Amino acid sequence: MWYYDKKLQYPIKITNSNPKLAKYIITQYGGPDGEIGASLRYLSQRFAMPTPEAKAILNDIGTEELAHMEMVGTIVRQLIQDVPPRKLEELGLGSYYTEHGCGVYPENASGVPFSASAFQSKGDPIADLYEDLAAEQKAKATYDYLLQLCDDPDVIDPLRFLREREVVHFNRFSEALQIVKDRMGTKKLY
Amino acid sequence: MNNANSMHEDQESMLKELMMLDFKLLDLQLYLDTHPDDMNSISAYNNLLVKAEALRKAYQEKYGPLTVNYPVSDTWKWINNPWPWNKMEV
Repeated sequence: MWYYDKKLQYPIKITNSNPKLAKYIITQYGGPDGEIGASLRYLSQRFAMPTPEAKAILNDIGTEELAHMEMVGTIVRQLIQDVPPRKLEELGLGSYYTEHGCGVYPENASGVPFSASAFQSKGDPIADLYEDLAAEQKAKATYDYLLQLCDDPDVIDPLRFLREREVVHFNRFSEALQIVKDRMGTKKLY
Repeated sequence: MNNANSMHEDQESMLKELMMLDFKLLDLQLYLDTHPDDMNSISAYNNLLVKAEALRKAYQEKYGPLTVNYPVSDTWKWINNPWPWNKMEV
């Protein structure tokens, strides 16, 4: 189970709205390599993990991803909040405004809603951990692309933080994969 | 601009300090998940935990609850603004 801590994982304070950028960043909320998908992937896969280290790392990274989902939602909201509808339309967010107003909805940068078909939970720890390594790399690549499209320091700062976390998670998953492989080799699973 | 969502500078800097300590703890937690016998990290974790707990206690006494399991005095302060996604206008 979970408890809510009433704060963000990393501070976000965006002064200037930028709906166009929000429309790109929203993919890290509900897109195929986004934070909701990451969280659901790890929290689903953890049930079939064989070693204490792998159970813990999927549980704890899956939980951290929930905090990242909150951060990305906060960025999107602050970038579109209080922008007049006509301005949103001019910037290509007419369809988004029609469906969601200035709310936050899980979709990718092209407006395709979140789908669990972007990830697997295979019941095979090795297969799942390899997917997790790829997932962290893809999420990092997306943050790299977003950083190329962004010149507002208020947004760059939290995006860099999130990008850095993908690198750390990749390293932890690598270690978990090695541990699982070693244990499976010696059949000492518990 | 000051409104119901705003957070004063003192509160914001205290919260940022706590965010930093909690983040260090989380990063160590993930490291310890795959290195459960690393004594240096365990001792760093314990030291940080003492600091974070003290700061959390001081913050909550001054500005209200961060987690809902907090003693209620006169009013249900849990619902008070700002919520984390609100723009922090000082």
